[in-house]
Amino acid sequence: MTMIETVSPILFRPRSTSRALQKFLGNKGAMIGAGILIVFALAAIFAPWIAPYNPIKTNFLVIRKPPSALFWLGTDELGRDLLSRLIWGARGSLVAGGISVAIAMAIGVPLGLLAGYFGGKLDALISRIVDALLSCPFLVLAIALGAFLGPSLINAMIAIGLSAMPIFARLTRGQVLSIRHEDYLEGARAIGLPDRWIIARYVLPNILSPLVVQAALTIASAILAEASLSFLGLGQQPPYPSWGSMLNAARNFMEQAPWMSLAPGAAIYITVLSFNLLGDGLSDALDPKSQH
Amino acid sequence: MTAGLRDVLSVRDLTVRFGGAPANVIDGISLDVAAGRTLAIVGESGCGKSVTSMALMGLLPSNATVAATATTFLDAPLLGRDEKHWRDIRGNRMAMIFQEPMTALNPVFSIGDQIAESIARHRGLSAKAARARALAMLETVRVPDAARRLDAYPHELSGGLRQRVVIAMALANAPALIIADEPTTALDVTIQAQILSLIATLQAETGTAMILITHDLGVVAEVADDVAVMYAGRIVESGPVAALFDDPQHPYTIGLMGSMPSQGPRGGRLATIAGRVPTPAEMPPGCRFATRCPFVVEACRTARPPLRAITPGHDVACIRAPLEQHLGAAA
Repeated sequence: MTMIETVSPILFRPRSTSRALQKFLGNKGAMIGAGILIVFALAAIFAPWIAPYNPIKTNFLVIRKPPSALFWLGTDELGRDLLSRLIWGARGSLVAGGISVAIAMAIGVPLGLLAGYFGGKLDALISRIVDALLSCPFLVLAIALGAFLGPSLINAMIAIGLSAMPIFARLTRGQVLSIRHEDYLEGARAIGLPDRWIIARYVLPNILSPLVVQAALTIASAILAEASLSFLGLGQQPPYPSWGSMLNAARNFMEQAPWMSLAPGAAIYITVLSFNLLGDGLSDALDPKSQH
Repeated sequence: MTAGLRDVLSVRDLTVRFGGAPANVIDGISLDVAAGRTLAIVGESGCGKSVTSMALMGLLPSNATVAATATTFLDAPLLGRDEKHWRDIRGNRMAMIFQEPMTALNPVFSIGDQIAESIARHRGLSAKAARARALAMLETVRVPDAARRLDAYPHELSGGLRQRVVIAMALANAPALIIADEPTTALDVTIQAQILSLIATLQAETGTAMILITHDLGVVAEVADDVAVMYAGRIVESGPVAALFDDPQHPYTIGLMGSMPSQGPRGGRLATIAGRVPTPAEMPPGCRFATRCPFVVEACRTARPPLRAITPGHDVACIRAPLEQHLGAAA
């Protein structure tokens, strides 16, 4: 990132929240990402009203029809409208991405904070567990956990969340260590603040931006992971659609009906890209030192 | 040291040892600070100045063993209390000014929030009242345009202004004792003078006791009332500033004075003290300065020299003091 240090004519901006927001709103990439995600989220929320057809109702008269005025994205092997399935599938995919990352952060970030802040035996214990989990590839671990928990969307989210947890624990711990000996933490202790307050107000806000970026990136991989789990039959269960399971079904008809894989593939790609743009924008906006 | 005035802090035979270390990092030092007075602790890097201040604030890591025969802070024992007791003292009755104003402030919160935080923590004020007091503190430390700067972030302020903010945080709860650990070392010379005079003025206004930790004898001469010279974890000489500067008795103090740059034309190179502070592993059994002392005799190496009064209030830990007697014969 090239950044030219300029002396800002306005030295004193009002409040941190509004300033970060302004910076965020001024970031074109982040705005595009956020815009796309909002559209997708709205589509997911209002799926029953937007979707032109019932996503699970089969119609054997229109099997594997290419896109037309009647079926904008074509139909699948059971004659279901792909656009309707895509809109309904957004529910499964976006929720899976969001919830599994929320699970990963809810467990991983506190573990990393504890390990990094207190160190010693606690750190050794947490770090060894994290190391053990990290030694297993993310997707393999998610699939193993998913298979162990049993096939359902909720279990898939738990499996993906647990598999992504060590990434957050390790990142958080590393970030805490990097600021562990900063004077302002010593200063916080010197004004008599208790450890939990220091962790919440001094440690966490100072390491937040890499975590937010990691979260946006991990939502992207979680959506892909859910697609993979669905692909293996461990995620969203048929006949209900998710982008991953749609892709899974489309695989068998790549030659005869390429549109079947195009729609969910493009949706996954655009969503992942949007989360990445959003994450980049957030990391810029949240850093109080970076000049706009 | 100063009879008549009430001691805010009194420490006897403070020792600090880190787990597994072969010798005490702080080896039996005694300090007294009275209200409104400034005690300077002087010494070179690694002599234990900062460890002393951390021990007094209860901020040492858990592998450090801190002991003392007696400690009194505001008529109550200081050491051997639980962590909650420490948290109530720190930032409230006892505050600290740090060396590095560039890193001593939390970069993600405005300075107003940070000053208010300490006030809210110890006084239980509402956010609004704490903010009002934070503003008053910024004005107290002469931050220009304080009302607007309340919402500034640390990186938007210069080093001198940040140090003023750090001082405002330290003073926010009207502490009885301030420990200033090299408060001006990181600042350039003109700002140093401003900060020192600010500290002196505020101290005169509030009657706060202060422990000033520094290696800069110029700073000592400017603001301190009493001086304790530390070497390798021990106090080698202590007394009123005038007595120490006019008539230094310990060879180490004399060496420090000799290595202080002065104004005017320079007559040759600055004097230096040969050698370095011994590490805990190589700490000599007798006088810890013996390995570097130009006046060393055999007796210095065997027994620890006690701190004894040369003149009332002026103590020296050197068996050869007063040196003039010995040097007179040699010269």
